[in-house]
Amino acid sequence: MIKIRYFGFLKDILQIEEEEIIWDKGNSQDLLDFLRNRNASWSDALAEENIFRLVINRRIIYQSTPIHTGDEIAILPPVTGG
Amino acid sequence: MFSIKIQTAPFSQKEIKQKLPAHNCGAIVSFIGIVRGFDEKEPLDYLYLEHFPSVTEQEIERIIQLAKNRWDIQSCHVIHRVGNLKIGEEIVLVLTAATHRKAAFEATEFIMDYLKSEAPFWKKEFFKNGQSRWVKAKQSDLNEKGRWSNND
Repeated sequence: MIKIRYFGFLKDILQIEEEEIIWDKGNSQDLLDFLRNRNASWSDALAEENIFRLVINRRIIYQSTPIHTGDEIAILPPVTGG
Repeated sequence: MFSIKIQTAPFSQKEIKQKLPAHNCGAIVSFIGIVRGFDEKEPLDYLYLEHFPSVTEQEIERIIQLAKNRWDIQSCHVIHRVGNLKIGEEIVLVLTAATHRKAAFEATEFIMDYLKSEAPFWKKEFFKNGQSRWVKAKQSDLNEKGRWSNND
């Protein structure tokens, strides 16, 4: 299992804050592809321009990274602080 | 000395200034961001700010490190508030101390530009008419960051 957390407008548009899914193997790009394939709403919500960064186990990643069972992944939309 | 705080409570710039080392410090520059009453034409009731505990702090630390690599700054303190904030309330403080004013000015501006486009914070606006919406990232903020370099 892996845990996925959603932030900002993604939480509202997907109507989910976090979930756990079964994950055998694959990298962060595979995970995004898997989530986008759920249906058109997920595909639209997780369009490239709506994703700023992925975080694995509380570390921001800057390139596609392997995801292992037990990992916590967070999907961050573009940021608007300051 | 460097510090990063994410908090719901208001902050005091005076308290932070008292902590600054006087030794070899010739300039202090501070920036405070406050909640605007209007976004475009719709009157705002309040702003909600979300962050990602521990990841947001890490990212701000990285931004301060980038500034330290470029300018000789002695001290930098960043405080960012989260939760519900009313119009006129202070959201963010960046306070930088350096030997010379140019370094303090530029580092403060650099940190703010990066904070706006890299640090995991998300604003949601709640309007007086009862509607709400997540703030969209602005291209202008990305442009401001981009002017420092394309390599950071």
